[in-house]
Amino acid sequence: MRYSTIDEQQFVNLTLGGPVRVFVKDGKIVRVMPLEYDAPDDPKPWSIEARGQTFTRPNKAGIAQFVQGLKQMVYSKDRLLTPLKRVDFDPNGKRNPENRGVSGYQPISWDEALTIISNEIVRQKETYGPGSIAVTGSSHDSWGNIGYRMSAMDRFWNLVGVTWIDHNPESWEGAYWGAIHAWGWHWRLGQVPNFDCLDDTFQHCDMVVFWASDPSTTSGDYAWNEQDHWRKHMKKLGIKFVFIDPFANFTAVLDGDKILRPKPGTDTAMALAIAYTWIQEGTYDKSYVENRTYGFDKWEAYVTGKEDGVPKTPEWAEKISGVQACDIKALARAWASQRTTLAAGGRPGMGNAGRAAYGHEWSRMMVLLIAMQGLGKPGVNYYCTTGGAPANWNVFFPGYADGGISGGSTGPKDLGPRGYPKRAVGSKIRQRINRSILPEAIMNQQATWRGIYGYYGESAQQQFNQLKYPFDGYSPVHMIARQGASYIGTMMETNRWARMYRHPNLEFFMCQTIYNEPEGRFADIILPVCTNLERYDIGEWEGISGYSNKLSAVNVRICVLQQKCIEPLGESKSDYDIYELIAERLGLKDVFNEGEKDVNGWIKRMFEVSDLPKFITWEKFQSKGYYIIPPDPDKKSAPAMRWFYDGRAIDIPDRPMPHDRPVFDGKGLATPTGKIEFESQNLKRFDPNDKERPPVPHYVPSFEGLNCTDLLKTYPLQLISPHPRCTFHSQHDGKSTWNEEIPHHRRLIDGYRYWAMRINPEDAEKRGIKDGDIVKIYNDRGAVLCAATVTKRIVAGVVHSYSSGGGYDPQGEPGNNKTIDKGGTINQLTSARWMSKNCPGMAPNACLVQVEKWERGKA
Amino acid sequence: MPTYGMAIDLDRCTGCYNCQIACKDEHVGNEFLPIATSQPTFGHFWLGITEKEQCWDSSHFKVTYIPKLCNHCDDAACLKAAKDGAVYRRPDGIVIIDPEKTVGQKQLVDACPYGSIYWNEEKNVAQKCTFCAHLLDDGWTQPRCVQSCPMSCIHFGDLDDPNSKVSRFLAKNQAEVLEPEFKTKPKVSYAGLPKPHLAGTVRFADTGDCAANVKVTLTGPDGQKAESVTDCFGDFEFRNVKKGKHQINYVSDGYQPESKSFGVDDDISYLGEVSLAKAK
Repeated sequence: MRYSTIDEQQFVNLTLGGPVRVFVKDGKIVRVMPLEYDAPDDPKPWSIEARGQTFTRPNKAGIAQFVQGLKQMVYSKDRLLTPLKRVDFDPNGKRNPENRGVSGYQPISWDEALTIISNEIVRQKETYGPGSIAVTGSSHDSWGNIGYRMSAMDRFWNLVGVTWIDHNPESWEGAYWGAIHAWGWHWRLGQVPNFDCLDDTFQHCDMVVFWASDPSTTSGDYAWNEQDHWRKHMKKLGIKFVFIDPFANFTAVLDGDKILRPKPGTDTAMALAIAYTWIQEGTYDKSYVENRTYGFDKWEAYVTGKEDGVPKTPEWAEKISGVQACDIKALARAWASQRTTLAAGGRPGMGNAGRAAYGHEWSRMMVLLIAMQGLGKPGVNYYCTTGGAPANWNVFFPGYADGGISGGSTGPKDLGPRGYPKRAVGSKIRQRINRSILPEAIMNQQATWRGIYGYYGESAQQQFNQLKYPFDGYSPVHMIARQGASYIGTMMETNRWARMYRHPNLEFFMCQTIYNEPEGRFADIILPVCTNLERYDIGEWEGISGYSNKLSAVNVRICVLQQKCIEPLGESKSDYDIYELIAERLGLKDVFNEGEKDVNGWIKRMFEVSDLPKFITWEKFQSKGYYIIPPDPDKKSAPAMRWFYDGRAIDIPDRPMPHDRPVFDGKGLATPTGKIEFESQNLKRFDPNDKERPPVPHYVPSFEGLNCTDLLKTYPLQLISPHPRCTFHSQHDGKSTWNEEIPHHRRLIDGYRYWAMRINPEDAEKRGIKDGDIVKIYNDRGAVLCAATVTKRIVAGVVHSYSSGGGYDPQGEPGNNKTIDKGGTINQLTSARWMSKNCPGMAPNACLVQVEKWERGKA
Repeated sequence: MPTYGMAIDLDRCTGCYNCQIACKDEHVGNEFLPIATSQPTFGHFWLGITEKEQCWDSSHFKVTYIPKLCNHCDDAACLKAAKDGAVYRRPDGIVIIDPEKTVGQKQLVDACPYGSIYWNEEKNVAQKCTFCAHLLDDGWTQPRCVQSCPMSCIHFGDLDDPNSKVSRFLAKNQAEVLEPEFKTKPKVSYAGLPKPHLAGTVRFADTGDCAANVKVTLTGPDGQKAESVTDCFGDFEFRNVKKGKHQINYVSDGYQPESKSFGVDDDISYLGEVSLAKAK
């Protein structure tokens, strides 16, 4: 009996790591493959001709490796299959919050679970009033516009009326609190767009400086293995790659020509020394500085030492950063003498150096450096090789941040005018809490921070607002409803989160998620959610919209009808179905679903209001499963900042919102002066005496780094913890999946898979640590066991271990800073302290630790 | 009748591990008798990635990822070590371990000098890569690892057909088998295996600056000369350097030339910093 795929059904679906083709037989997934674009009606791949070479885009999806492992994610033994109730939680009697995180669970019926939840919602509102319930979803969800947290979750809870727990812009803290004040772009949280930068780089660029950038690992978000093709072609064209990173990162070791390795947190010293060299040697674009920027004389005064008596020479920077002065000089000279693109961060404005003490200063200096060389000139871009592919943005298809069925878009509000949904459901209760201080807000019932409403991208001015919780006239929060369960792995100093969940102020905590996950194990009620292969949805690959709209990070614009492949496992349900069930008990069902009997009505309506019906019928889209929007072959290249360099009106598909600018003439940037500001006029007006974020960016020594001589006596190593390589944040970790067999991720020692931590051979030898040993990495905030990977790739004095593990496994009381976590949750060790006094952004890389060898068998 | 073989382009491999996982996706939870029975959820790497890290100084690192799988050798050690015809070669060159006949034959695991055979404890059978023969027999043109590779760096096809993907790749690229000393006639080859590498850095003594555009000439043990020019950081490199005695010369306008003799016996040689004095 020869095997054949003829008996198998094929489905198309889409994930946060790319589109897939799923083969199913007898209701069981056989295999998952990256989608190929080889149907007869698929468009011909686009090409770029440059310098006598042709680059043609690949004809299949470069999916992430954990998406290749999706079958094992679906059938993981860690799936939740029934609703669960904490055994010592009695909603009508003793709740025992102090046992959360330790209690066992018992399966209950959906009816019982929904009854408890809806009763609690009513009780909270009756007892305390609206605002007592706080709600949050994880930063990144299962894919699909209807099921996304900004869609179904927002629509439901806005009907209830809750306090939203706002996300802070974690991946790009530096840009949000920093770069915005140099060049505007607040509607992109301080990031510059990258339209047509791939073409411009192929045509004109000589060198790319990757500063705190590992695009082969982070891809700027959801593009994963799509962009290595581009970098290989850049190397083929002879473009030089220089990396600046204390870790010889995964992109650097492929094709890096030089890797300069400053101590973490000292990048601003290097940047200043580069500017110093250009000023001394007169090798910067003086005409551009004069015409396109403002306040250069103040910057020059600081750089040359006129301001503080300290010239920021390469020798000065060498003492601080550890990078040799001659190398800094050589980089500055090479940069100025050819067409150099700056790739600072995995996406402009992201990057580890910005997620650090005073990271906004680094981010601002990145803008100022590239401005000194004429940003927008051919080959001179702020571009991280993670976007800017050819794409036709005149064809509208919503991204998840357009808000789906809720009507609450965070960026360009394109769905509402198209009548989707019929009735938008916005947040009306108005109390908010910044996620980064949620534990203090819950436990102390007071907190203050700057910034307001959601992801704070509505203006630069918005971030100056001081908020006080509880808001006047509002109750503090007594209940948390959580979609997803990632925060123990992804927030800062996460023993605080464990203590928060065990605090009596929190009367009820419900969590709905797919797997048995760390944060879920603190909940009173856990609801089992199905994966997106077990439900229908619709989406575009990397279709974010909002503050990250039109990135062109993948090689095709592909819209997918996410076809349900198998029935939900066990009793799991989709988030949408869960919300509809709770809505029904609260009398909100008809408003919630707008008369649609299930998601399929919403999906079809979304297809209809998009521009897709111009190109494909609904029937064809349903059967084929996807549509690729080809780029417009006649469109001329208009690189992201060329219009600005030329002094013309903006000609890229962006709609600037110029609230921060007194005069808007269609030219210039959204800064008060319309120019790149060496001296930020916003900051000058807001807090001119802020030594941590002055109007002109400064080198400010880290509050927890290798310069802190006292603390170093106890904790002599600095920990850096970038976004992980082998999982999307915590989503694909700790769930018994195949990526856990990759040694960069976890290492199997004595039957347990330990999280990898990289340590330099010098530091390892001092501690008697060999490669493959189990080590304890700790400070006052927590203690974590890891597998030691001894490598020269990380500089001495620094250890590298990825953030965002999903395998929290405390060997004792959760929330006790002495309790050892066997699961490798590095985020227990990072500090809750904000990056500076006016900037409530996280600073994970300001973290000192000690590492010691751990006796096997001890835990 | 094709003769299936594979060539892997390591210069394009980015170490994404998709191939390792695609292989598991195909063979975990699926039965494809008589070609293969399912493998355990964890622990088997019918295709597994190994890595070679090269560091010549603190600012230069290179990692080469090497996907390793069954070589479907023409002179297979496993075939020789098998009892009762448990291992056989198909007419298309694919070597199969019969999932039923191999029960109990643990000796097959150690028989493979490449370590490409795995033991399934639960089923008591030896298992390995089949080039996804069950898919090829169903009309597919490539095994799962090849299809999954985002960079398309695994080339597969009929070695006897000059127009096949693998033949066209081999025609344009130098490829080698792993550990040829095992003499098993592997049908998987690699382009871009790491080679001995020589590097160094030049500085100008008077300024302390990185010495760019210095002409560097390397004379090898066989008298062959190779030339390089230092980059903006004063760094130079020579790839695929032969082992043995070498002479290196540095020439730069306005500076005194330098010269040195040394031996190369390591994979990576770093000559350190050379300082050029100003010409008199």
